[in-house]
Amino acid sequence: MTDTTLSAPPLLTVDGTPLKTRLRHIERLNQFKSLLLILPLIAFLVLTFLAPIAAMLVRSVDNPEVAPVLPKTVAAIQQWNKKSLPGEEAYAALASDLTAAKEDPSQLAEAAKRLNMEIPGFRSLVQKTARNLPMETEPESYKTALVELDERWGDPAYWHAIERNASTSTPFYLLSSLDMSVNDEGEIAKAEPDKAIYLEVFARTFWISAVVTVVCLFLGFPLAYLLATLPTRQSNLLMILVLLPFWTSVLVRVAAWIVLLQSGGLINGALETVGLIDEPLELVFNRTGVYISMVHILLPYMILPIYSVMKGISPSYMRAAISLGCHPIRSFWKVYFPQCIAGVAAGALLVFILCIGYYITPALLGGPKDQMVSYFVAFYTNTTINWGMATALGALLLLATVVLYAIYNRLVGANNLKLG
Amino acid sequence: MTSQTLAKAPSFSFRSMFMRDAEPGLKTSGNEESLSPDAPAADSDTLVSFRQVQKSYDGDSLVVKNLNLEIRRGEFLTMLGPSGSGKTTSLMMLAGFEVPTSGEIRLDGKLLNNVPPHKRNIGMVFQNYALFPHLTIFENVAFPLKVRNEGFREIRYQVDKALEMVQLDKFAQRYPAQLSGGQQQRVALARALVFKPQLVLMDEPLGALDKQLREHMQMEIKHIHQQLGVTVVYVTHDQSEALTMSDRVAVFNNGIIQQIDKPEVLYERPANSFVANFIGENNRLTGKLLSRDGEQCVVEMPYGEKVIASAINVGEIGDPVSLSIRPERVVLNDAALSVQNRFNGQIREFIYLGDHVRIRMEVCGTHDFIIKMPTSQFDSRLREGDVVPLGWAAEYAHALDPV
Ligand SMILES: Nc1ncnc2c1ncn2[C@@H]1O[C@H](COP(=O)(O)OP(=O)(O)OP(=O)(O)O)[C@@H](O)[C@H]1O
Ligand SMILES: [Mg+2]
Repeated sequence: MTDTTLSAPPLLTVDGTPLKTRLRHIERLNQFKSLLLILPLIAFLVLTFLAPIAAMLVRSVDNPEVAPVLPKTVAAIQQWNKKSLPGEEAYAALASDLTAAKEDPSQLAEAAKRLNMEIPGFRSLVQKTARNLPMETEPESYKTALVELDERWGDPAYWHAIERNASTSTPFYLLSSLDMSVNDEGEIAKAEPDKAIYLEVFARTFWISAVVTVVCLFLGFPLAYLLATLPTRQSNLLMILVLLPFWTSVLVRVAAWIVLLQSGGLINGALETVGLIDEPLELVFNRTGVYISMVHILLPYMILPIYSVMKGISPSYMRAAISLGCHPIRSFWKVYFPQCIAGVAAGALLVFILCIGYYITPALLGGPKDQMVSYFVAFYTNTTINWGMATALGALLLLATVVLYAIYNRLVGANNLKLG
Repeated sequence: MTSQTLAKAPSFSFRSMFMRDAEPGLKTSGNEESLSPDAPAADSDTLVSFRQVQKSYDGDSLVVKNLNLEIRRGEFLTMLGPSGSGKTTSLMMLAGFEVPTSGEIRLDGKLLNNVPPHKRNIGMVFQNYALFPHLTIFENVAFPLKVRNEGFREIRYQVDKALEMVQLDKFAQRYPAQLSGGQQQRVALARALVFKPQLVLMDEPLGALDKQLREHMQMEIKHIHQQLGVTVVYVTHDQSEALTMSDRVAVFNNGIIQQIDKPEVLYERPANSFVANFIGENNRLTGKLLSRDGEQCVVEMPYGEKVIASAINVGEIGDPVSLSIRPERVVLNDAALSVQNRFNGQIREFIYLGDHVRIRMEVCGTHDFIIKMPTSQFDSRLREGDVVPLGWAAEYAHALDPV
């Protein structure tokens, strides 16, 4: 085949500009116009969605408490060899910083609280030292004087803690969320076993989400198939039943589950009356309750994407496979199911992502061992007001979501995402 | 795309490649399975027979009313009929996807009523092609062979042959979405033939193609049918498609076969008014039966004119009759002097169509009596408004049931 178009001159419009330039110009104009139309939406999204996420990510590494309160100390320990105790000038700087900080007690308290996260008891040390400053007579050596005041100032660990907070950003919260910390040698190390709880919480979160996703898939797939293949009237009725849970608030449904599942509740009562069980089953305030109600709440998110994909699959594919000699069940697996993959993946992804951020259901229907990451986010935001930990846990959840989406994208392709 | 490869290929090789000898198991007349043991033994020439088959979806109305049909081995039979006449339903009953409400269907003498569709060994081609979108063209065509646990090399050989037959061997590794409609339909054809079924069903396989491609594919399907000798049951509501391709055409209406015969018989001797109107163009005159003498009868028009016609489907003397006359069988001027039925008509309109001219006339009270005349025989002195003699032979006026 010969290619004659290669040597052809570029096409021109009537006024002499190349056709391509002209087309591009018109296209850009159209793009600009459509951009203007969605400008309010973009502004809304930036303000309510992107900005808070960015703020959260910043806050998870933000460390504003210590460095501004102890500026001279921070500067002085830059030269410290980090093995023995720091030199006299560091002690002098600390004394001077603490004296100055007494002007603003709330800021000092914040810094003390932050240091207390590093070593328990650091808060009282800071407060006690500040109370005794300035000294009546300028001591010969602040080092001796402070160690005399409290011998903990003679322990390098406390100086390491200050040094770790010398910068206004810190990996502390993110590492803590993964049960890790920076040790005195400046290396990342595993946290002590009694402080290490978050990896378990993350594992639990992913496990619960995986179980809920799998159960939803097993319950939702046949239902979606039914919806897609039943005659219109029956399938419409079924669809209403599927969507019904969407119209009730999650809280109401959780409360209803408590009524149904508790030891004197309807289900246990019925089972006992029938004689299937002798004593009530533990169905609520444990993992079972969490599973039951989360599956119930999330099932529509699994069904709808699968249904929408199945709806588009012509029944003639199955007929073709069967007419070619394939057993109906095998035809379903070989021909029908592969065409549903996009829907199944979308449903599973949706349910899993919604799951890992779930809060209210485990909080109300689970026991202490069933709480997921979001519970701790809420705990740090509402109870201890520890924004660092709350945002670090949130950032890790966000990361998990992004990673999942990336995997999904590699396997199925985002273009095939079918969400109802 | 040309059919050169097809023309050059020796037909016997295809035949040996694709025609499996009828399986001995299928050849038994299957008396013990017969619904009615005294059913007439199947003619060895008959591959499929429908006997008194009825089908109702809702229990209120019969979609297929009483289907009796014998399909001969190796023939190309077309089911033709308007939308909703029960063609697809009949085909689906044969394929096994619908169950007859009553009656029996036999394939090669064997009762099919209790054979599940995947064991019937019938190839099918669908209107939307139904190629599996997640499989390549090769895998699609290999599908029926894989299902039958054929060996890898055998599959490779057969699939290559089948794709060669439809001239798509270069596209084996593509996915269906990367092919044009016509190419996809050829793949579907190859897939339905590759496992050597003795019967292939096609439900409006060309319905989604444009006119030119459709005509090309009609010829291609016809050639493949001739080469393989496979029996084809073809469904369409396009009459020209049916006439082009078929050995026999079964005309369906309202769940009943109106007529089943060779295309030329359907056109030249329609059994009733429905067939006359459905197939080809047709002038219709209504009148009353005046007398009847064997094959011929006399029909009286509303204004008293009498027409001698061949009595094909008429009732008693005095009953209303519908006369059907093909436009190309009407002659004008001098030629009209030698035929039995002679009238005068006024020319209303000429429509010039290149190879022929259509003349619209007022005859026997109808305003749209059409005459078709080859351009070479057209008398250019004729003008609109002229009153001219015209006529037709009695054998070309079919007296049929009134509409
Ligand atoms: N699954 C079904 N359930 C109920 N009624 C049906 C079903 N399939 C077909 N019908 C009805 O049966 C009648 C015949 O349908 P069929 O599909 O056999 O017609 P057809 O001759 O193939 O028409 P077309 O040329 O439009 O394909 C129609 O009136 C249709 O509404
Ligand atoms: Mg049909």
